[in-house]
Amino acid sequence: MPFLPVILWSDVLIWLLLLAALASGWLSAGNPLWRSAWQRVGRSRAGMASATLLLAFAIVGLLDSLHYRPRLAADGGQRTAGQPAVYAVEVLSLLDALLTPLRTRNEKTYSEPLATRAHAKETIEVRGSDGRLQQVRDHPRLRHGGAHLGADEGRRDADVAGRVLQALGLALLAWAAVVLAVCGGVVRARGCGWRLAWRRVWRSEGEFAWNAILATLAALSLLAMPVALLAGDYHVFGTDKVGQDVLYQVLKSVRTALVIGLVTTLVMLPLSVLLGVLAGYFRGWVDDLIQYLYTTLSSIPGVLLIAAAVLMMQVLIDTHPQWFATAAERADLRLLALCFILGVTSWTGLCRLLRGETLKLRELEYIQAAQAFGVSSLRIIGRHILPNLMHIVIIALVMDFSSLVLAEAVLSYVGIGVDPTMISFGTMINNARLELAREPLVWWSLAAAFLFMFSLVLAANLFADAVRDAFDPRLAGSP
Amino acid sequence: MLAYVVRRLLYALPILIGVNLITFALFFVVNTPDDMARMQLGVKRVTPEAITRWKAERGYDRPLFVNDEASGVAVFSETIFFSKSIRMFVGDFGRAEDGRDIAREIVARMGPSLAIALPTFVLGLLVSVTFALLLTFFRATYLDFWGVVLCVAMMSISGLFYIIGGQYLISKLWKLVPISGYGGGLDAWKFVILPVVIGVVSGIGSSTRWYRTIFIEEIARDYVRTARAKGLSEAAVLFRHVLRNALIPILTGVVVVIPLLFMGSLLTESFFGIPGLGSYTIDAINAQDFAVVRAMVFIGSLLYIVGLILTDLSYTLVDPRIRFD
Repeated sequence: MPFLPVILWSDVLIWLLLLAALASGWLSAGNPLWRSAWQRVGRSRAGMASATLLLAFAIVGLLDSLHYRPRLAADGGQRTAGQPAVYAVEVLSLLDALLTPLRTRNEKTYSEPLATRAHAKETIEVRGSDGRLQQVRDHPRLRHGGAHLGADEGRRDADVAGRVLQALGLALLAWAAVVLAVCGGVVRARGCGWRLAWRRVWRSEGEFAWNAILATLAALSLLAMPVALLAGDYHVFGTDKVGQDVLYQVLKSVRTALVIGLVTTLVMLPLSVLLGVLAGYFRGWVDDLIQYLYTTLSSIPGVLLIAAAVLMMQVLIDTHPQWFATAAERADLRLLALCFILGVTSWTGLCRLLRGETLKLRELEYIQAAQAFGVSSLRIIGRHILPNLMHIVIIALVMDFSSLVLAEAVLSYVGIGVDPTMISFGTMINNARLELAREPLVWWSLAAAFLFMFSLVLAANLFADAVRDAFDPRLAGSP
Repeated sequence: MLAYVVRRLLYALPILIGVNLITFALFFVVNTPDDMARMQLGVKRVTPEAITRWKAERGYDRPLFVNDEASGVAVFSETIFFSKSIRMFVGDFGRAEDGRDIAREIVARMGPSLAIALPTFVLGLLVSVTFALLLTFFRATYLDFWGVVLCVAMMSISGLFYIIGGQYLISKLWKLVPISGYGGGLDAWKFVILPVVIGVVSGIGSSTRWYRTIFIEEIARDYVRTARAKGLSEAAVLFRHVLRNALIPILTGVVVVIPLLFMGSLLTESFFGIPGLGSYTIDAINAQDFAVVRAMVFIGSLLYIVGLILTDLSYTLVDPRIRFD
């Protein structure tokens, strides 16, 4: 095999989460109440626009969650049959493979976006007109940024403009193809004419907010296509202190943010649902015990509890280096431990909500009737109580995502976040925060991190609002 | 009232002991004192003697919970749990890695923390409630819609960007105030003003939206319809009726934070170089000074519990129907 698959724990969890999401989507399609709630989400234009953007981020994150170790080329390209294959220690992902030009073509240090020369002056040797070598202080030529231009650097602007125009044309074509496909789908499904289909799609008459999705796709492709075409030969967002492409870094950060935002809920959910329902349903000493537990946990200020736990985890990891085969595995385990700690410190709020709701539910007639018929407690909880709590769980899940992504950045800054070798928004900001004090200013790392993080969190917030509006029974009636 | 407060304080005791147990388990059971010694001493200087000395200097050489060698009360008091955790109840936090008394350090650093946190809190509350009332007044108009959009956008920006951007704009580009640092006395204002402004701005988005939701919910109530029906102006309805009735949900979220103001803000203080409790905590985290982190966890939970009690008491102030008898 040309590569050796590496299965990191966070990969497993991410794909499991995807499966769980698909399964619950399939299940809720069969339940009329759930279906109507999701249809309300589908009608919300802000909700569908943000969902499209989130989907784009999710695709990047999922591509980055398939890891492997490439096989090292054997000496001279020839290998005898019996010789075992040698694999690199470096763990790569599918995204890394797709972004190979971004990943490998590193400069020496800072360079501005789309630059052909470095950001700082250096002493370089130039062959003068008389053929002798001279030493001059100038911005040295970049090794890779705009290298295809050769000596003709003045052509850069024209080259960039040409590529952008070409990309915009391609993006429009691709978008038009998507619109045609959607309209065609509507024509087939509804059996109406193309004109009517276009009106249904573009005016969103009726059910689904197609126009929001298509508008987001148009904006996304108009922005992403030029970047994609330019990224092959330029550093679109510049390079950072060690010469790494900033675009590569922000794309890699997406997965870290998604893992933090999603896997944490995986830890939080069983704790809060199980304990909340148990406390509300059985009351008595079970309730007292669980209430004591969450009051105690929630009375410790969140950051401090996380700091204490992360500190201890660091000691544990540092004193047991033998547990990890590669640096990637260590970073991955630390990321998971961070998710675990965040989950353990943040389940209390949801647990309190669920306990209160269960207390209310268990007094309702249909539950009392079930008890009178002798239905077992387990069955009552499973069939009658849990389904009626699900809207709270869904709302809490989507609401927590954005705050977790934001928390990661802060925690990494404080030094209790992800492993310093792991690329994340937090480590990017942390590395870049002193750059604004430099003369001349280095702004592109921060700007890129800001742009990506802001769009991810904004999309998550808007989607959360749409879901809350659709699922909250108090809000469901209002427009 | 007094009886209620005393009862609540007594309820707080088991919670504080629980907090202590959790931190104790984190600090001493997950990792043995030997691990911590190795961490602190660094790889090069680790010898069995050095570890023993390190533990003896800090009193980590005793048993965890039960001391079999001692007799009488000393069976429990001559242990790590008693000396490190229970003694915190009487304000004895021990010494930091640099040998300074933690309790004294905390008292000294409270002032700068409060100087930043208190104005941020008060101003932030005033500004957010004002904006939220404004949005409620113009509800279901374009102003309200775009106001909410702006709020959502503002809360989607990480606090780090507010601080970095604010420092860059105000201090570096416009050179209005020093970029960081802290001075005592009357000069303090120029160091305080930037962190306060940034703190207020970064909090506006989420809190305005939250208060607006509360007001909007309140405005659908019957008494509001009655007030309008008897001819009150919309402004009078908002300020005299809605604002007052919305105070209970607002207080629930706000009062609990007040005691925690003493703890300062980790981010703001470390960015602006303010010698408060927040930066103390951050330094302790970075230096892996476990004694300081433990002390801060204890104080934080204590203040949180005080905040919960204050919240209950504040209800009696705004709602005469609530009594504790």
